[in-house]
Amino acid sequence: MRVTFTVNGRPQEADDVWEGESLLYVLRERLGLPGSKNACEQGECGSCTVRLDGVPVCACLVAAGQAEGREVGTVEGLADHAARRAGGTSADRARQWRPDPADTVELAPVQRAFIDAGAVQCGFCTPGLLVAADELLEHNPDPSDADIREALSGNLCRCTGYEKILDAVRLAAARAAEGD
Amino acid sequence: MDFLRPADWEEALAAKAEHPSAVPIAGGTDVMVEINFDHRRPEHLLDLSRIGELHEWDADGPDVRLGAAVPYARIIDHLHTELPGLALAAHTVGSPQIRNRGSVGGNLGAASPAGDSHPALLAAGAEVEAQSVRGTRLIPVEEFYTGVKRNALAPDELIRAVHIRKATGPQQFSKVGTRNAMVIAVCAFGIALHPESRTVRTGIGSAAPTPVRAGVAEEFLAAALAEAGCWDSGAPVPPSVAREFAELASGACNPIDDVRGSAAYRRRAVAVMARRTLGWVWEEYRGTQGRGTLCA
Ligand SMILES: Cc1cc2nc3c(=O)[nH]c(=O)nc-3n(C[C@H](O)[C@H](O)[C@H](O)COP(=O)(O)OP(=O)(O)OC[C@H]3O[C@@H](n4cnc5c(N)ncnc54)[C@H](O)[C@@H]3O)c2cc1C
Ligand code: FES
Ligand code: FES
Repeated sequence: MRVTFTVNGRPQEADDVWEGESLLYVLRERLGLPGSKNACEQGECGSCTVRLDGVPVCACLVAAGQAEGREVGTVEGLADHAARRAGGTSADRARQWRPDPADTVELAPVQRAFIDAGAVQCGFCTPGLLVAADELLEHNPDPSDADIREALSGNLCRCTGYEKILDAVRLAAARAAEGD
Repeated sequence: MDFLRPADWEEALAAKAEHPSAVPIAGGTDVMVEINFDHRRPEHLLDLSRIGELHEWDADGPDVRLGAAVPYARIIDHLHTELPGLALAAHTVGSPQIRNRGSVGGNLGAASPAGDSHPALLAAGAEVEAQSVRGTRLIPVEEFYTGVKRNALAPDELIRAVHIRKATGPQQFSKVGTRNAMVIAVCAFGIALHPESRTVRTGIGSAAPTPVRAGVAEEFLAAALAEAGCWDSGAPVPPSVAREFAELASGACNPIDDVRGSAAYRRRAVAVMARRTLGWVWEEYRGTQGRGTLCA
């Protein structure tokens, strides 16, 4: 079947989708968006977390056909999403875009914070955590530690021991507060 | 495989009548796991996610009519006053991502003895609204669970909604597991006080082939509280009564040994949860009564 939906603000169309296929598979294997990771395919690890009409979900548990006509946000669109939220338009950003040999690609504040806090080791869990953490901060700019733990309780990390991840979310929140 | 995408409820019922073996998919948090792991290859998937009324609820009147596909997250945010027991249970389901998709209709459809909605529904009092092109019936939730992962739906029926009594007294839910998130219950216990009828209702999860009420324990407790005048006085539940209630609740279990826990552990844990949750709801009830004197 064909599935038509929006990914990171862009209309997308996937053909020959098997009816039992997950949204995760469509993103990774058919649309060339491998940012969302596939680890467990059973909702346990959160590494496939994306936003479906704004709501964080496990892409591995959404049937591709259920995404028809909906808006999906993945880690690939996080920087744009954050910029739009902060007031810039993506058209402006697109015009300003230059190839970046120095590898200083613009990142969402939460991505910057993960790097600065040392919250990324192997990086496999990172995309899911970023999407979940960004959504938390969108709704709750000054989260308590309990709020952070709760919001990230569906994301497993096998490397960091979580402390640096918590630090990263606190750092992103603190920087946003300073910027206000 | 066919992906059926009914635009409204009538179309969904017609599709289910035409393809009785079609597997409904709401939040997909049970169905997609089975498909991803090749445990299930239905000929038809029947997508319910586009049907607006399944995602709505109506809280006018003595019941909440909860649309089958309302995700747990919305129950927690919007219905914790009317349905405190269910909201507490919902909060223990999976993770935020799972609670954003998973629904009570899906929990009933799966009918796992470990489903967390069930103890709360049993304790509050609820009926499942099952519909087909043939008509509508209201199935008392006690009669809905017919065996391990089996329910009372006919092949052409779908769950439209669940009618749940609004709380008129304190409710609690307790669940045993290895951590606070992402845990299938080793066992679970729900309790609801119904002060207007001076009754107590319970629900036990994951300690019998189906979710069950602890009927004997409920009757014992109602009689003991009435005899001691506790509903009027707001006095504490006598410890001997709480102990007996806990033992009787444990006696309602018919658990198995499995990877999550032994039968003996489950019996013991249900007794502990019964005693504790009774303490919590009764404390709350006394708070609303103004602390009374000792039981007569
Ligand atoms: C990581 C993870 C953690 C989980 N943790 C918990 C937990 O802590 N507690 C718990 O109770 N469950 C848990 N679950 C299981 C699952 O999330 C719940 O059972 C949830 O309530 C299912 O709802 P759903 O809408 O996603 O159902 P779906 O997967 O869409 O459907 C489940 C079943 O119900 C049927 N169905 C759905 N809607 C209807 C309808 N309207 N009429 C008739 N049949 C219908 C489907 O055909 C299927 O058989 C977990 C699942 C995952 C993946
Ligand atoms: S791959 Fe989806 S939750 Fe693990
Ligand atoms: S950094 Fe390796 S899994 Fe989290």
